[in-house]
Formats: sequence, structure tokens, C-alpha cells
Amino acid sequence: MSDIDAVAAVAGPSGEAPTEPRHANKKDKPRSLAADAWIDLRKSKIFWFAAVLVIIITAMAVFPGLFGAGDPRSCALSRQHAGPSGNALFGFDYQGCDVYAKTIYGARNSLQVSLVATLLSGIIGLVVGLAAGYFGGWADALLSRFIDVVLGIPFLLAAIVLAKRLSSDPTSNGVMAVTLTLGVLGWTTAARIMRSSVIASKNQDYVAAARMLGSGPARLMMRHILPNSTASFIVVLTLLLGANIASEATLSFLGIGLKNDAISWGISIAEATPVARVAPAPLVWPSLFLAATVLAFIMLGDAVRDAFDPKLR
Amino acid sequence: MTDIKAEIDVLPGLDPRAPLLEVNDLHVEFRTQYGVAHAVNGANFTLAPGETLAILGESGCGKSVTAQAIMGILDTPPGFITKGEVKYRGLDLLKLSEKQRRKVRANQIAMIFQDALSALNPVFTVGYQLAELFRKHRGMSRADAKRRSIELLDQVKIPAARARIGDYPHQFSGGMRQRVMIAMALALDPEVLIADEPTTALDVTVQAQIMGLLAELQQQRNMGLILITHDMGVVADVADRISVMYAGKVVEEAPVYDIYARPSHPYAKALLESIPRLDMKGQQLNVIGGLPPALTAIPKGCAFNPRCAYAQDVCRQNPPPPPYVVAPGRTSRCHFWRDVVGE
Repeated sequence: MSDIDAVAAVAGPSGEAPTEPRHANKKDKPRSLAADAWIDLRKSKIFWFAAVLVIIITAMAVFPGLFGAGDPRSCALSRQHAGPSGNALFGFDYQGCDVYAKTIYGARNSLQVSLVATLLSGIIGLVVGLAAGYFGGWADALLSRFIDVVLGIPFLLAAIVLAKRLSSDPTSNGVMAVTLTLGVLGWTTAARIMRSSVIASKNQDYVAAARMLGSGPARLMMRHILPNSTASFIVVLTLLLGANIASEATLSFLGIGLKNDAISWGISIAEATPVARVAPAPLVWPSLFLAATVLAFIMLGDAVRDAFDPKLR
Repeated sequence: MTDIKAEIDVLPGLDPRAPLLEVNDLHVEFRTQYGVAHAVNGANFTLAPGETLAILGESGCGKSVTAQAIMGILDTPPGFITKGEVKYRGLDLLKLSEKQRRKVRANQIAMIFQDALSALNPVFTVGYQLAELFRKHRGMSRADAKRRSIELLDQVKIPAARARIGDYPHQFSGGMRQRVMIAMALALDPEVLIADEPTTALDVTVQAQIMGLLAELQQQRNMGLILITHDMGVVADVADRISVMYAGKVVEEAPVYDIYARPSHPYAKALLESIPRLDMKGQQLNVIGGLPPALTAIPKGCAFNPRCAYAQDVCRQNPPPPPYVVAPGRTSRCHFWRDVVGE
């Protein structure tokens, strides 16, 4: 369809020096932003590194059996703090449980809690921030004060109350309750960031130009303001992802998070911390996995954000 | 998608014989925390098809605000249109609902912004932004919209238009970007084009090209063109008539030749005298003393009186002068226009 030979034939009569035809050597037609972003992403080493890490961690969460780990719940005090043996590659912890197995099986809860909570926070933050920034005036005043109120509540106190209320069912493992708690409490920063970038892009000429060309409020918001306001929002969300895994650990440590012998990195880290000087391995391994996960998501978010920023192209 | 052009034709009050665009006694004010700024205080002008009207004035005299009020893209609040009419073919646009208004924009009246880089959405390719207009307003298919976009970029003389529709706004040079902006404004064949300082952000050679392009497109399409500028040189070549604005009022309106030959308002005269000329080599430039008034505190009487060489007590105490008819099609808001012209 796009005929490259035709390009050379259409010579402009203008005296202005045309900027170098960028697509001269590429056989391509105009693409969408997403298609362009994908072409950029494919070339990014950081993206591939992060993607591979994310895939491994996701596989761990979905199919923990694939990783040759033993039973994370078969513990024997006789093996307390024993070194690596057999398929217990990372040794045993204070309770004599297999650290490798617990780390592998812990991925599911940790990832689920943190991903879903971040998604939830992201949605709330996006809607509140976009509405406050776009509508301004009293809507902004109202929503901003609401953000301040939520931000003003001490996190731990609110989390304890909320998680306790939500997990009244004694048989549940608390994943749902913790996810909701973190999601509902964690959106404020994202909303604030969203609000300020929306305000910044709302006053740009291209929004006025789009209005001039007959765009209605919905189109202005979705097509012109939102795509230009998401860069820092995505960064905040990737950071929140890591913070949520840590918060889940905090709540579990306090006994209001995951329970009924649920396994998560947060719980493992919390359990291993008091005896870290005697047996560092049960602390180090889940921490390493946690750090790698957070790093992978941050790098992924970074790479995706860069790919979607046409100015860097 | 219904045909919006057809819908517009059935809008009540639309009279094909009425003037293309008519602005009557337009008042715009900005209510800020520091007081009310009277940005436009009774702007009047009419525009016929194929005609170029230049609105001339210093920064802050209400030129751009007038344009925004005509387009209906004034930020409200703080900006409010307090009085007046903007009539398109006899239909008062200010009385339309926002929804009806939106259909008029781009279809009937479009606007070019000063800085094309900030007026184009940075995250979409120009091809996408152009094609979107055709798809949403005209209900075209993707392929048709793309074909039309390429045609349009060809019309505004962008070299290798077919290859460049996949480029982002920042990948174009300043002049090319302004051409893209013009293409977008003309996409839906408006009858009125408002160009708000279209060449201010460009260097002089490119300025001439863009002005030439605008003049050419205007002729092809028989559009009415409102050219907002502070550059007297740009105006002389392309404009048919000139409205000189000062402190939110049109102080002189005249055919371009007359105003350059014999201005009838002291402000217009002072503006013309301040243009540097080759035969003035070595002499000091003529300037207009003082500053334009703050729009929150416009002087009593004639707003120009503190800076005016002709000012008498009547200018300071009486209400602002009405538009005196100097000649047919020519007005001046100066009590002493005879003295100004006569000299």
C-alpha cells in the first residue's frame, strides 16, 4: 500500500529544507502509537531482561510445581536451620521448613496481592486524578480534600481496621482482604500525580486546538489529555507494586494479613528477620526474589513508558 | 455518523445571504482574583467570503481573545462573554448550545494557532490526527481518511506527504509543522479561517512561504480569512482590510491601502510611523511613548488618551468616542480624525 518509490516522486515545491525522510529505508506505513512502541520495545535490552524475569516469576506463581520444589508445608523441627540438601536448595528455616519450596510457593500470594492491589489503586487513582484535574473548580476541591483525608489516615491503623473487618471469615486465607485493603489505601499518590499531569496537559494548545476542531469533553479527556498524562503515573504504579509486597508482609507479620498457614514472601521475611543473625539464608532468599520482582516490574514500566513517549524516538 | 454539514444547514436562523461573519459589540472580560480585566470592549467587524481582514494591535490589546470568543474556546471561567453577537450567516453563535456550537467549529469556522508544536498532540502521528478528523466528522473509512489526509498534506505543500503522515509533530520543522496545522484547520472545508499570529514563531523566509500558502489556499477556497498579527509588514501584502485594536476596541477600520496612505486614528498613525524604513538610516526610531493600559484599569474617556499627541480635555472626560465614519467602509474612534487624516 505505501509505495516507497512514490515518496521520492512527490517532491515539494517548497524552498524549505525537508527534514530527512525517516522512513526512507524502512518499508512501513503509518502505525499506531502502540505499534511504534512495540517496534521500540523489541530493540530494548532492558525490556527483554525485565520481561524474562516477569515471565519466570509469573510461572512460579501459576505453576509452582514446575520448579522441582518439595512440599513447603512439610516442616520438621529436627531440620531447624539445616543447610541445603536434596531439592531443598536454600536450606531450612527456624521451623524446619524447606526455604526453596516456601520461596517458590510464596510467589503466588505475594504477586497476587500486590498486582491486584496495585491495579485497584491504579484504577481509583486514575479516575479520581483525571476527574479532579479535568473538571477543576469545586470538583477538584472536593476530590483533592478527599485525597488529603485518605492520605491523612495513618496507614497501619487504617489497614488493621480494614483488613480485620474484611477477613471476618475464619476459614479464608486473607488474600482477598489484604488485597482490598492495600488497594483501597494506596491510590492517593497515584491520584495526585495524575491530577497534576492532567492539569499540565489540559492547558496545552493542542487541547484548545482539539476543541477548536470540534472535540467533545470525552474525546478531549481520552484522546488528548490522558495519553499525555500517564508517564509519571506508570512510574508511581511500578513503585507501588514493590511497596505493596512489603506492606502485605507487614500486615501478615502483625497477624492481620495472610493467615491459616498461607505462604508468602512477606511472611517468610517477617519470620526470618528475628533469627537472621543465626540463619541468614531464610531471610536472604525470599528478599532476593522480592527485590528481583520489584526490579523487574520497575524496569518493565520504565521501558514501556519510554517506548510510548514519542519524543524519545 | 450523520452528515454534520447537512445538519448545520437546517439550523434555524441560518441565512445564506447574510454576511459570512459579523461581530457586533463584542465584550469579553476575565474575572480574576485581582479584579475584572476588560479584554475586549466592543469589537465590531464583518467578513465577506474571499476577504482577508487583518486585526492589528500590540500584545494584550484583545486580538487573541476576540479570536477565541469567535471560536467559542474561551476558558470559562475566568473568561466571560458579557455582551455582543458573533453572527455566522446571520446566526448568532453565542446563543447556540455547546453541542450545536461544536458542529460549527472546524466545519464552518476553524483556527490556526501561533505555535504549531504545542497545538498538535505530541503522542499521535500527524496522519492519525488528520485522519481522525475525517473519520469522526465525515464518517470515512480508515483507508479513505488516510487518502484524504495525504491529499491535504500535499495541498499544503509538504514534500513527500505519503511518507510523512507516519511522523510525529516534533519530527517536523517549524514551517512544516505550521503547514500541518493549516491542513488540520482546513480539513473540514471551513468558510472562515482565523489565523492567530500564524507566523510569529517562524523565521522570516518561512513566514513569507506560509503567508503565501495561506493566501493561495484562501483564493482556491474563497474563504474568509481573519489574520491576527502585530506585524505590519505581513499585513500589507495579504490583507484587504485592517482593524486596528487598542485596549479591546477596534479604533480604526479601513481598507488596507487607505490606512497605510492616510491613517485616521492617532494610534494607527503612531504604529505606522514606528515601522523602521530604509530611508531612516542613522535616525532614531519613532516609538509610541508609554505602555498599553492594564486591562483592569482602562483610562476614562478614550483609552489611548495618555499616549496620544492629539489628546484634549474632551478625550479625557467625555465617554469614549463612537466610531466616526471617515469614508464609506472606513471608521475611526477619534474625535479629531479630521486632523489626523488631514496632516
